Amino acid sequence: MKTKMNQRKKAKILLAVAVFFLAAVAVAGIICHDAAMVTDFSRKNLPPSLAYPFGTDWLGRNMFYRTLTGLSMSILIGVCAAGVSVVMALILGLAAATLGKKADSVITFLIDLVMGIPHILLLLLISFALGKGLRGVIVGVALTHWTSLARLIRGEVLQLKQSEYIQIARKLGHSNLEIARKHMLVHLLPQFLVGLVLMFPHAILHESSITFLGFGLSTEQPAIGVILSESMKYLIMGKWWLALFPGIMLVLTVVLFDLGGTSLRKILDPNSVHK
Amino acid sequence: MILEGRNLTFAYEEKEREVFTNVNLSVESSERVAVLGPSGFGKTTLCKILAGYLKPKSGEVLIDGRPLPEKGYCPVQMIWQHPERAVNPRLRLRDTLADGRDVEERVVRELGIETDWMNRYPQELSGGELQRFCIARALGKDTKFLIADEISTMLDLITQSQIWTFLLKEVESRGIGLIVVSHSEPLLNRVAQRKIIF
Repeated sequence: MKTKMNQRKKAKILLAVAVFFLAAVAVAGIICHDAAMVTDFSRKNLPPSLAYPFGTDWLGRNMFYRTLTGLSMSILIGVCAAGVSVVMALILGLAAATLGKKADSVITFLIDLVMGIPHILLLLLISFALGKGLRGVIVGVALTHWTSLARLIRGEVLQLKQSEYIQIARKLGHSNLEIARKHMLVHLLPQFLVGLVLMFPHAILHESSITFLGFGLSTEQPAIGVILSESMKYLIMGKWWLALFPGIMLVLTVVLFDLGGTSLRKILDPNSVHK
Repeated sequence: MILEGRNLTFAYEEKEREVFTNVNLSVESSERVAVLGPSGFGKTTLCKILAGYLKPKSGEVLIDGRPLPEKGYCPVQMIWQHPERAVNPRLRLRDTLADGRDVEERVVRELGIETDWMNRYPQELSGGELQRFCIARALGKDTKFLIADEISTMLDLITQSQIWTFLLKEVESRGIGLIVVSHSEPLLNRVAQRKIIF
């Protein structure tokens, strides 16, 4: 009889694959950072071959190394920005739900304010004001992405406070702190983790897009956004590999993060046991 | 001990229609009292007020002449109508049971809770099985009054009789006052010594 894998097992395998691939890319990128900078005019504009799987560019740089380094930089920026953003969301979400009506309306107003401005515009402004570069990108992404998760956490806490089992726990003599630790944390932690993982792809895409537009990382760095914007000039001359492979790798990374996040949600939700 | 409700009036919103006005009742800890009334007349609301979950618009709930404690273990414990909403879906039942204060091993055993259930999550148990946990959790050492709000409505007859046999014996031996809400007349005739028509 053929044994059928259940959804949880599938989710675990997917998560492991995603984590492994992303970690491998991040590490590989750091290792070949120097190799990505080497220029060699004897091998410029080579199409993809066995020796140069992603081809080389007009300065004879190995596009495979450049792509890996760019991706690893994107992943690191994504981790930093998403981390900062998620912590902000957690603190503000909790504050809104627990500190009373005034704090709640101030924070809700802030959320609406940030959400009301188009992401990319706010990101450009913040990054530009901070003098572009790595810091500008990270701060920009962090400051624009906390809103939806903060709103989610606020709502979740408000709803939990009303739930019967928490009212019962209170009447059984448990303090607010005990209840928060025992009853609320188990609900918030999955939201938090999944929110964190699902924010990576956003952060990475935004990093690439503002770099592409010229408001992000500086041009000498092998970032995906830089690679893609430079390749625009050469696409017209038939150097398709300059944009295709880095583009595919970027999409693959984003999809993997997304898959990882969705699998994590499935694993953390006890309801999925029966599926 | 005596649990009293004096001139209880309640409305969900400030200027809304009142759910009930000037309800008076008193229950001794040796008594088993039934509360009867049609749907939507505020029986559950009354239970919530007596157990301290809701504040009445006017009137007061006294236990031995003193108001219910705001913090700490409440001597009046209520068992809710829907066990699946009264337990945290993300906690194993062992942890849910640990919420109760000093629940005796004997209570757990006599309610027919199997050791195997302890490591499960609520969605892996049936309503009747969950209700046993809710009852055990409410039967801590310091419980003086127990309010049973339709606790057996969704259970099969065998489970109902098991649970009620245990509860009657338990409140009898520990001197816990019991307030029962149910739509089932035969059950109330069997369980309660006195009836309050609502």
